[in-house]
Amino acid sequence: MITFMNNSDSEEEPCNERTSLMSAETPPVPSYQDGLQASEAGEAQAHRKRRAGSSRGPNNIAAGEMSGSGVPVRGSALENEEEELTLKYGAKHVIMLFVPVTLCMIVVVATIKSVRFYTEKNGQLIYTPFSEDTPSVGQRLLNSVLNTIIMISVIIVMTVFLVLLYKYRCYKFIHGWLILSSLMLLFLFTYIYLGEVLKTYNVAMDYPTLFIVIWNFGAVGMICIHWKGPLQLQQAYLIMISALMALVFIKYLPEWSAWVILGAISIYDLMAVLCPKGPLRMLVETAQERNEPIFPALIYSSAMMWTVGMAKPDTAARGPSQQTWDAAEDGREHLRSPSHAESQMSEARSPVPTRPITSLEELEEEERGVKLGLGDFIFYSVLVGKAAATASGDWNTTLACFVAILIGLCLTLLLLAVFKKALPALPISITFGLIFYFSTDNLVRPFMDTLASHQLYI
Amino acid sequence: AFFWLLSLLAASLLWFVSRALSGPGDAPLPLGAAAAVLLQELGRFACFKLLKKADEGLATLSEDGRSPISLRQMAYVSGLSFGVISGLFSIVNILADSAGPGTVGIHGDSPYYFITSAFLTMALVLLHTFWGVIFFDACERRRAGGLGLVVGGHLLASGLTLLNPRYEASLGPIFILTLCTGLWAFGSAGGSFRSVLECLSCK
Repeated sequence: MITFMNNSDSEEEPCNERTSLMSAETPPVPSYQDGLQASEAGEAQAHRKRRAGSSRGPNNIAAGEMSGSGVPVRGSALENEEEELTLKYGAKHVIMLFVPVTLCMIVVVATIKSVRFYTEKNGQLIYTPFSEDTPSVGQRLLNSVLNTIIMISVIIVMTVFLVLLYKYRCYKFIHGWLILSSLMLLFLFTYIYLGEVLKTYNVAMDYPTLFIVIWNFGAVGMICIHWKGPLQLQQAYLIMISALMALVFIKYLPEWSAWVILGAISIYDLMAVLCPKGPLRMLVETAQERNEPIFPALIYSSAMMWTVGMAKPDTAARGPSQQTWDAAEDGREHLRSPSHAESQMSEARSPVPTRPITSLEELEEEERGVKLGLGDFIFYSVLVGKAAATASGDWNTTLACFVAILIGLCLTLLLLAVFKKALPALPISITFGLIFYFSTDNLVRPFMDTLASHQLYI
Repeated sequence: AFFWLLSLLAASLLWFVSRALSGPGDAPLPLGAAAAVLLQELGRFACFKLLKKADEGLATLSEDGRSPISLRQMAYVSGLSFGVISGLFSIVNILADSAGPGTVGIHGDSPYYFITSAFLTMALVLLHTFWGVIFFDACERRRAGGLGLVVGGHLLASGLTLLNPRYEASLGPIFILTLCTGLWAFGSAGGSFRSVLECLSCK
């Protein structure tokens, strides 16, 4: 579908679904109070009442307690407990997200550092038609800004298209689209990647073996992502796909355009998620109204869902069965497709904390984790990979960007715990990352180099 | 780690500016280094303040009024992270270069560059960890002596590395400093000779 300007390998489909959303899971996110505001009993009271109004399916016991919401003391004590658990779970979620983001970045950086292919300039995507080989700085800047505008408008168009499709319930079309894009990613890009890695390490491999390997890899990936599979395998595949996409971006985006695009995308993300008319927000709200998850496969989910039946002893044999998201028993339609889509929202499901079970109600505990869109993975990795590829200060800059992105992610998750609605995950991290990249590259690097040459430690 | 990076950023900004100001001559490296040390300590203090606030927040949230993470643990973790990022920044480029072709010290510098760098980095990481513990403890108990000693120790360590091609002069004292600081940190964290004995005898 896309052709490039030079005859480099054909790349991915048009950045389909740059944005795909994460739905608020069926029950609207329970509004746990967290932070120090909860100490006011009055507010706790109000929140309890409000919570009683919202439909919280899984949390029967909490609902039972809410009925007795006339007791402020008990309310606030329980509230504290919930908050503490929320915070504890929050910390765990942060860690659960750190690991995949770190892994993705490590893969990208390792590839960039070792495989020459991804740092060679071999043409550009059709979305960035303006070349940056111009003699003057002003011209180059202008070209990169134009490239950015084109790219962002493509993204906006795709997002709006996706939202419209979703609104008019053309699920089959979306499904097919996602399957096609994941096919391309899993097979074609993996083939290219493997080819380049083998070339770098000068390993000979015959075509039949290659075919078998890629076929297995791709087929298992398709199944895992679109259907059912062990959670960790699915997470691994999603990470690999994000890394592949990020590598493609790093290779095919010209330098200045890449930085400007990163900045512009985080602004776009901010607006698309938070503005009332933003496409992403509309998508989330539509999904919430229809009470179904949005494309769970375009999102990295870090948790499992387990159901524990407590009413009868024999159902305990069912036990906590760790199922993947898709195996949700409520038969939701799952459009698990890998992302091509950059879902740029992250959302937390505050997990329902375990209550001491005194009544023999059927309890469903769902430990849900945080969900992060795959687009976020991709752009974080693009930032770090570009830092590794083009920074002359090499590892220092890469490290600094890495820490900056992780801290940004932490902050975003903190805000998420405070605001409890879908938030854009890109802006804070990318801002920190960009600041640190440019400052480390230009300011810190000469300093550290001089220090190191004198072997002076600070 | 983030705070260390911030302080490093500020320090290098300062150095850059001072280099521009002092003209094309030799840049005032020791001055920049001293400024970096002071800014690092400032960064550590900021870290302490933030963690203290978080600690209070956690304490009010938890049921029995104590936070799940003690301040000592936080001190250890923050010191460790300072040390790790400082060590990483110091050594990772050297490591990358050491994997490539070349001869060490071909221009007349010491051939022991790599290995002394490794030892110095290790000492520095340990020192940062100890300083973190001592610093937080001193801030907690509001003892200016501890603070002063940490800052002084840091400056001393940095200054010693100034003497660097004369490795006897710098490595030795730095290791002694590390040991002393370690013992002090251990003491301020509440350990004692007896607790070591108990730990060793696996009671």
